[in-house]
Amino acid sequence: MKYLMLVCTDPDYKPGQDDGAPDVEDWVTEMDGKGIRLMGNRTRPASDATTVRVRNREVLLTDGPYAETKDQIAGFDIIECADLDEAIDIASKHPMAWAGMIELRPFWPDDQD
Amino acid sequence: MRDRIAGIYADGWSRIVATMIRFTGGDWDLAEECTQDAFAQALQMWPESGIPDQPLAWLTTTARHRAIDRMRRASTEATKLRKAAAMNPEPSPYLSDSEIPDERLELMFTCCHPSLSLEAQVALTLRSLTGMSTAEIARAFLVPERTMGQRIFRAKQKVAHAGIPFRVPPAHLLPDRLPAVLHVLYLLFNEGYGDPQKARLCQEAIRLARVVTALMPDEPETHGMLALMLLHDARRPARVNADGDMVTLAEQDRSLWDQAQIAEGAAICERALRRRRAGPFQLQAAIAACHATAPVAAQTDWPQIVGLYTQLARIAPSPIVDLNRAVAIGMADGPEAALPLVDAIAQAGQLNDYYLLHATRADLLRRAGRTQEAADGYRAALDLAPTDAERRFLRNRLRHR
Repeated sequence: MKYLMLVCTDPDYKPGQDDGAPDVEDWVTEMDGKGIRLMGNRTRPASDATTVRVRNREVLLTDGPYAETKDQIAGFDIIECADLDEAIDIASKHPMAWAGMIELRPFWPDDQD
Repeated sequence: MRDRIAGIYADGWSRIVATMIRFTGGDWDLAEECTQDAFAQALQMWPESGIPDQPLAWLTTTARHRAIDRMRRASTEATKLRKAAAMNPEPSPYLSDSEIPDERLELMFTCCHPSLSLEAQVALTLRSLTGMSTAEIARAFLVPERTMGQRIFRAKQKVAHAGIPFRVPPAHLLPDRLPAVLHVLYLLFNEGYGDPQKARLCQEAIRLARVVTALMPDEPETHGMLALMLLHDARRPARVNADGDMVTLAEQDRSLWDQAQIAEGAAICERALRRRRAGPFQLQAAIAACHATAPVAAQTDWPQIVGLYTQLARIAPSPIVDLNRAVAIGMADGPEAALPLVDAIAQAGQLNDYYLLHATRADLLRRAGRTQEAADGYRAALDLAPTDAERRFLRNRLRHR
């Protein structure tokens, strides 16, 4: 199974909630080493985002993210593992699961395997 | 004949569905349809041919043939057929019931996966593990059949799409996951216990609790939960009087209690506690056993109940447990001993909208002879009581204080 890990900040972050969280470099090294993490990156904040829509063949741009949510996407990873339990385990070892939150989205299957 | 087939259906449905989910490579709908088909075929054939010696084996073999037929017919299902064929190259017929793998526990853990909403967990558990129809489940939860159908459909979709594994979680996940299963089963039981018209849910919850205890005999909390259900359920006939009014434990006609079931529940609880891994279900069962085994209300062993609540408050602290503990102290040591505890709970504020807090306080005040304050308490409780039966009870108390 392939999952998109949407890494988000927590608008109600309280200092100390991520005390003892694992190190992100260690997480990347471990997951890359196991062949679990296929790719991933950090993204700049919503204030640097541009939203693109085409309506009546006209390109419309909006400054900022598409949704007015307080929690913001800080990055993403694409992981491949056996099932949701493994994905949960992998996500819970990511420091942003402690400081923020991580949404796991399964991918549609690539082919009819 | 129909009754015997109905009995086989009640016991066998989940066994066969679980096996068929594995057989179809995780196609829950197909698994259910084929199981349904197999029972339909049995209803047609058995009245003439007689019930086979190994009915579950017959049904499972029939369901597997149906599954293969259906997968062959649907060309878009070709990949599933390949999967099924790869797993079961030549599905040989099951010769005996005991040959069928028992995967009900796998099914239960999958239905109660914490990535599903509690509502979805409950609906999915009922549909796949009890053989209740969607219409019956909808009636039991007082929602339209369409709503329940959607809920079950979405839950099955999430299981398939999100990659929820069909398995009993490994040991390191069990402490997190077993309570979720027990929670769902107990919620089912409670849903049925509150309403005489939903008694079916209690029976199904007890049936499933028996399955879990049989398949996980080393987990004392599973036994504790089964014992608790049996002990509560044994008192069901005495809980409501002819007018449909609630009867308090102290005033219930104990000759209506199911003594055999009480004995079974108490014995299961005692055996579980001997393992010395007491948990919330075991302690609640032990408390229920104290009540259920007292020959008359006046002989209830209140000091022991106080001890059990004290233990419960330590491992599973909650203001409700504190309130129940205060009630027990009121019975063991008199209302004056309990009133300060109840006042402290009221001051903490978490239960101020809970009618039983006010009712309990009123009751203690009444017994302490402070009738005016008691009346105020009953009135406060009356404003918050959720059902007619409870309001009638409180009005009665207010009149005869």
